[in-house]
Amino acid sequence: MKDWFMVTLVGRDRPGIVARVTGALFEGGCMLGETTMMRLGGNFSIMMMVRCGAGRRALETMLRPEAESLDLRLHVDAIDARLHDHPQPDARITVYGADRPGIVAQVTGALAEAGFNILDLESDVGGTPEAPIYVLHMEGQAKEGLEPLRSALETLRRETGVEASLSPVEAMIG
Amino acid sequence: MAVLPILTYPDPRLKQESEPVSEIDDALRAFVRDLEETMHAGPGGVGIAAPQVGRLLRVAIVDCSRSRKPVSNHGRMVLINPEITRWEGVAVGREGCLSVPDYTGNVIRAEAVRVEALNEHGEPVAYDCEGFEARAVQHELDHLDGLLFLDRLVSRRHDLFRRKVHKKPGER
Ligand SMILES: [Zn+2]
Repeated sequence: MKDWFMVTLVGRDRPGIVARVTGALFEGGCMLGETTMMRLGGNFSIMMMVRCGAGRRALETMLRPEAESLDLRLHVDAIDARLHDHPQPDARITVYGADRPGIVAQVTGALAEAGFNILDLESDVGGTPEAPIYVLHMEGQAKEGLEPLRSALETLRRETGVEASLSPVEAMIG
Repeated sequence: MAVLPILTYPDPRLKQESEPVSEIDDALRAFVRDLEETMHAGPGGVGIAAPQVGRLLRVAIVDCSRSRKPVSNHGRMVLINPEITRWEGVAVGREGCLSVPDYTGNVIRAEAVRVEALNEHGEPVAYDCEGFEARAVQHELDHLDGLLFLDRLVSRRHDLFRRKVHKKPGER
């Protein structure tokens, strides 16, 4: 499908960002596809699929004034939309433990080797500044089944002391 | 027998409450057969409710013997005027719906339920369901009250430390 763009906006969080950005797109005749928008630390990040028949330059011109007045960095890429094409996850994995450098790379590296294809990942830092804990939550597809993932998580638990759990995701359709 | 057309959201009939069945006769049994055939024709459906084909009657079918991965189940259950009479535990799980194509989401349900109903011969039946089958029963009964799983979505963020409350002795 043509006319689709991935729009990224990042900047310091403040009230009203989502309403103003999406308002500008609506007034400019654009349509939204899948989006994620969230506060990360003191920042706000927006990633959204936008359909704009007038093309990339028009889209940038439309968003520039809002981005500048909200002090957001703006980035636009042409993309292949592929809406209505949701791969179904078959496993949900949660890992948490005392925060330390490399924890995400180590966990995701071991899982990738065991055939895990991440569809969705969220991670957060909780605890206290002195004793932070890292929480990692993923959904994905187990290309080689759940057993290799279970043993990869078992190894991670043993070798790094993190807590790791896997639950199968089986969509009930009815 | 016939495969009936399945209504999809935003058809307003999916948001209406269904009426109790007053008489279980041959016409109703024929409808149950059509409903079942319609469920089998859908991709991977393990349950269906009468309002999904536009009949606002308290009739649902659940058959988890057809699930993609084997789960504990009672086979084919025809549920007429069903009521859930017991709930136990809480679980988050993924659901989709024949009436909501191309979307699945996480929903909190009781982990185990007892459902009491009449079957298509008018006989009282009761099933103690757990896990996937309990989820299917609750999803179908929601349809009879005009509720979709979309009305019960929880964000992915809210099931981080999901735990299985309902456990049988000896279960891992
Ligand atoms: Zn449904």
